[in-house]
Formats: sequence, C-alpha cells, structure tokens
Amino acid sequence: MNGSTIIFYMLAVFTLATAFFAVVTRHIFRAAIFLLFSLIGIAGLYFWMQYEFIAAVQIVVYVGGITVLIIFSIFLTQQAGELLPTQNARGRLFAALAAFCGFALTLLQVYQYKFTNTNEPTVEPNVVNIGNQMLGTEEGGYALPFEVVSVLLLAALIGCIVIAMRPKATEKNIDLGTNNIEY
Amino acid sequence: MEPGLYHLLFISAGLFFIGVFGFLTRRNLISMLMSIELILNSVNLNFIAFNKYLWPNKLDGLFFSIFVIAIAAAEAAVAIAIIINLYRSHRSIDVAKVQEMKN
Repeated sequence: MNGSTIIFYMLAVFTLATAFFAVVTRHIFRAAIFLLFSLIGIAGLYFWMQYEFIAAVQIVVYVGGITVLIIFSIFLTQQAGELLPTQNARGRLFAALAAFCGFALTLLQVYQYKFTNTNEPTVEPNVVNIGNQMLGTEEGGYALPFEVVSVLLLAALIGCIVIAMRPKATEKNIDLGTNNIEY
Repeated sequence: MEPGLYHLLFISAGLFFIGVFGFLTRRNLISMLMSIELILNSVNLNFIAFNKYLWPNKLDGLFFSIFVIAIAAAEAAVAIAIIINLYRSHRSIDVAKVQEMKN
C-alpha cells in the first residue's frame, strides 16, 4: 500500500461521502457546499490520473462557475433557514431501492465484462497534444464539434438573456392589437 | 490492492446512482439540478477512466468530457434562467406547486 493508493482511497471516500450528503441534507445551501466539495474531489481524481488539463477545466467550470451560479440562484429563490420539503417515506424507499438495484446491476455487468486494452504507444494528455487535436481538421480532429459547441454556447447565452429578462410593462402592448402577450 | 479501472468505474457508478436517488427524492428544482450535475460528472469520470486505462493511444475520451462539460454549463445556465423566471411568476420552485408551464 503506497502513497498513491492511499490518496486514491481518500479521494474516493471523500467524493462519494460529500455527494451522498449533497443529496440527503435538508438545507439547500449545505447541499450546494457539499456538491462543491464533491466536484473538488472529482477534480482530485483527475489529478490522480494525471489528466491535469481536464482537472483544471473541472475546477474552473464546475467549482468556479456552476456552483457559484447555483449558490446565487439559491440566494434569489430561497428564504433563509427554510428546510427543503421531503418526499414521503414510500417515495424515498422506492427511490433508494431503484438506485441500489441499478447500482448493483451496473457493477455486476462491469465486473463480469473483460476489458481489453491496446498496446499502442501512449499519447500524453498534455496541452500541446490536446490543442493540436482539438483544432485539427484532419483524421481524428475535433474542429467541427468545437465549432458546434461554440454555436451552442452562443445560443444558450442568448436564450438565458431572453428567458430571464424582465418583461416590459404590458400597457404598451395593448394597442398593438393581435400580438399583445400577457406576461 | 492497486487502484485501477474497476475502482474508478465503482466510484463513477456510485456517483451516478447517488445522483439518480437525489433526482427521484428531491422536490426542489435547484436540488434536482444539483443531482443532474452529479450524474454528468460521473459520466465524465467514466470517459477519463476509459481513456486512461483502455485507450491511452487516443485522446477521444478527454475530448468527450470537455464537450460534456461545455454542454453541462450551457444546460445549467438555461435551467437557472428558467428557474428564476418561474420563481418570479409562481413564487415557488417546488415541482409539486408548479403545475402549469404557460404564463
């Protein structure tokens, strides 16, 4: 049992425990903080696998972006000290049963399957290789998905602004006739 | 025992089904969104583990997780915009109290 193994098990327990508390706690703000720690644990696992780039992306996007977004939306929509409503006991029992059965089935399938790995030389997941392949247009390049994701992000940006925009006062629209939409 | 692919798949399956449990038991839209983030993260962990242990000669798993992260960020932003809009019109983001989608 060397240091790397110990670090792996610590990260695994930390990630799973904080994820579990994030879905069972009844304080929504604590749930967000537990989610934050779980995401940090996953970033630690990426560091453990020596995929530094994806670990940095995980920290920047999830820990720095999405969690802050979630915390701000909690501030905007929840009253302080309010407990989350719970499902009734029967619903919780069935949810736990469904999750446990799915987990057991998945693990059974995974442990029965024999994975075969390649013997070809390893490509280091460093920034130079990632950048060359992501913007490459030759075989195996990801330039087209990159552009599609860019368009998707632009669409999501505009969509968010349109959805969350406070609608104008409706009196202005009354004399427009057919297209007066009540907000 | 030296940790390998199966250990990472165990963590990933655990995270996925914790997320499923949260999604089924929560009634609040923001908590459901948090469960979805857990599920997406377990998928990313799976992609990276397969990339490292089975196909280290390619970087495809890494690219898939980068795209999943980008799409998850877009999805979270749109979902939170919808939730805030819903809170403005209904004063609640409980799924049981919000039963109509039209304004």
